[in-house]
Amino acid sequence: MNAIQQVIQKQKQNGYRCLIGYITTGDPSPLQTLEIADALIRGGVDILELGLPFSDPIADGPTIQNASLRALKAGTTPKCVLEIVKQIKTKQDIPLVIMTYYNPVFKYGVKRFLIDAKMAGVNGFIIPDLPIEEADEYRQAAKTAQIETIFLASPATSPQRLQRIVDASSGFLYLVSRFGVTGIQTSVEDTTVNLIKKVQPFTSGKIPLAVGFGISKPEHVKRVISAGADAVIVGSAFINIVQRSAQNHGTTLKELELAASTLKVATKV
Amino acid sequence: MNKISSYPVDGKFGRYGGRFVPEILMEAITELEKAYDQAKADPAFQKQLDYFLAEFVGRPTPLYLAENLTQKLDGAKIYLKREDLAHGGAHKINNTIAQALLAKRMGKTRIIAETGAGQHGVATAIACVALGLKGVVYMGTEDCERQRLNVFRMKLLNTEVHPVDSGSKTLKDSINEAFRDWVTNLESTYYLIGSTMGPHPYPMIVRDFQSVIGKEIKQQFKQKTGGLPDALVACVGGGSNAMGTFYPFEDDDIYVKLYGVEAAGQGIETGKHSATLATGTEGVFHGMYTYILQDLHGQISETYSVSAGLDYPGVGPEHSFLKTLKRADYVYVNDQEAVEAFLMLCKEEGILPALESSHALAYAIKLASRMHKDQSIVVTLSGRGDKDVESVAKYMGMRI
Repeated sequence: MNAIQQVIQKQKQNGYRCLIGYITTGDPSPLQTLEIADALIRGGVDILELGLPFSDPIADGPTIQNASLRALKAGTTPKCVLEIVKQIKTKQDIPLVIMTYYNPVFKYGVKRFLIDAKMAGVNGFIIPDLPIEEADEYRQAAKTAQIETIFLASPATSPQRLQRIVDASSGFLYLVSRFGVTGIQTSVEDTTVNLIKKVQPFTSGKIPLAVGFGISKPEHVKRVISAGADAVIVGSAFINIVQRSAQNHGTTLKELELAASTLKVATKV
Repeated sequence: MNKISSYPVDGKFGRYGGRFVPEILMEAITELEKAYDQAKADPAFQKQLDYFLAEFVGRPTPLYLAENLTQKLDGAKIYLKREDLAHGGAHKINNTIAQALLAKRMGKTRIIAETGAGQHGVATAIACVALGLKGVVYMGTEDCERQRLNVFRMKLLNTEVHPVDSGSKTLKDSINEAFRDWVTNLESTYYLIGSTMGPHPYPMIVRDFQSVIGKEIKQQFKQKTGGLPDALVACVGGGSNAMGTFYPFEDDDIYVKLYGVEAAGQGIETGKHSATLATGTEGVFHGMYTYILQDLHGQISETYSVSAGLDYPGVGPEHSFLKTLKRADYVYVNDQEAVEAFLMLCKEEGILPALESSHALAYAIKLASRMHKDQSIVVTLSGRGDKDVESVAKYMGMRI
């Protein structure tokens, strides 16, 4: 069993589900990312999802778009992201996955990037603009580098496609909770609960089911977990904290830790 | 090898094209491909489209011999394919009316579109009104500013214009925003892409609907001269008017040279340009594998051109294919040359071309002087220039 699944399994045995926290690497600066990651891990994030910023993130809402722009302005490059991964890994034993769009990976060289990422300590990749049909080279390279390929499923995905996506995925399946882009919303809709119930039979016994997009509050976490999710992914809510208190870094870190711990408590079954 | 025109095969033109989109859109583009195949095979759809093209768009557009210009240049004859005379003032309507008919057939009620110069936005607005659909257009704030006239035209045509203030505030950002709208409103909404770009099947659909330009050129030129032109010249941003011009000539007419003209802006060496095919590298952007302008780390570059319609860091995948096969030559023309060509056509022919089309014209002017008098060039005049008079005045340091 791979490191990602081990963590999810362990949480389950302890009566919890898994909290996956997303931040954009290099926002507001590469150095601060290390402290932000520490704060989230202290708060109880079980798996860290690090965004490698891309100039044109079409699957992201304004929060992550702006974070990506700030990170790029701060000079964040793929090498820089791998360096940060290395530094986190020397201190913390936590699975790390990279979320990015395909072009930065392609430009670096798919094989080379996955090998370098593995050496840095990356456990998996999420590439939202790379559907299974276009992923042959990436899957091959990931297999060689022993990196997990986390594919996305959506409310528009048919059962036939869902089966193929589950088969191509390792680590966990990333279920997009709703029609739309990333970003917080006020509540988790019934349609999301029904979607989880529909997808769960496909993943059950095969691969953990993680649900993301629009999850920001403890009550959202509880709802998604009671519907059958093995993990929840929270991103924009953390980034909003980073952005809001950009002037006072100390406060930001405390707020992030508190937000993560409140969400983690909500993952208790 | 297969005939060039038989591509795309499995959604790809050689290695270019594909479907690099979020999972949530995969079913939608598959559904679109099916709907398009059915429509193409349905004589009723074709009849309906022919009706609108003839009665509403005003096709066929003339193929006009620019005699004064030809005489002045003392080289090859220059013919102008007058897409500027199509309803709305550009070739864009060929595609919007056709895709809007397709959207209606698919039961969609809301149309979204991106626009750079505003010509595709206006053409979408017109098609939506004509067919009773709701239109929403995304446009970069930078483009809204330099194409104010078209913003107002869209509003008059009952279409919502959403200014996009992210990134470079131009065409590429309006496309990002249109994609975001689409994933949010998938059920009701049809994304009417305005160029031969984006994920499969869009590059094929837009090419097919625009190829009426090249088909007419072939027929009209034959009627006038009994033969084929020696060269076809069209401007390339995303590449729809060029693709429409080239496509019917791709296979059998190897003596017909194809020239795609990109925008060199303030000059290639300044970095302020949009010459994607001439200076770019391969990558994945806006759903397709194609030539793009990017930095060392794969971040998309900000582009520049005096003409908003060419100001785009990607290009349709079929153009990348034609470049690789060396079936077409991709060249560039800078702001100044384009503005000079704009002024020359005004003075010599009494025709005000769009700044986008002025790029094609500027190259044709250079080309004509290198060719024999008994040879002919067809320039696709993709749009009219009324929208650009303010930009031209500004460029010349004048105020209207």
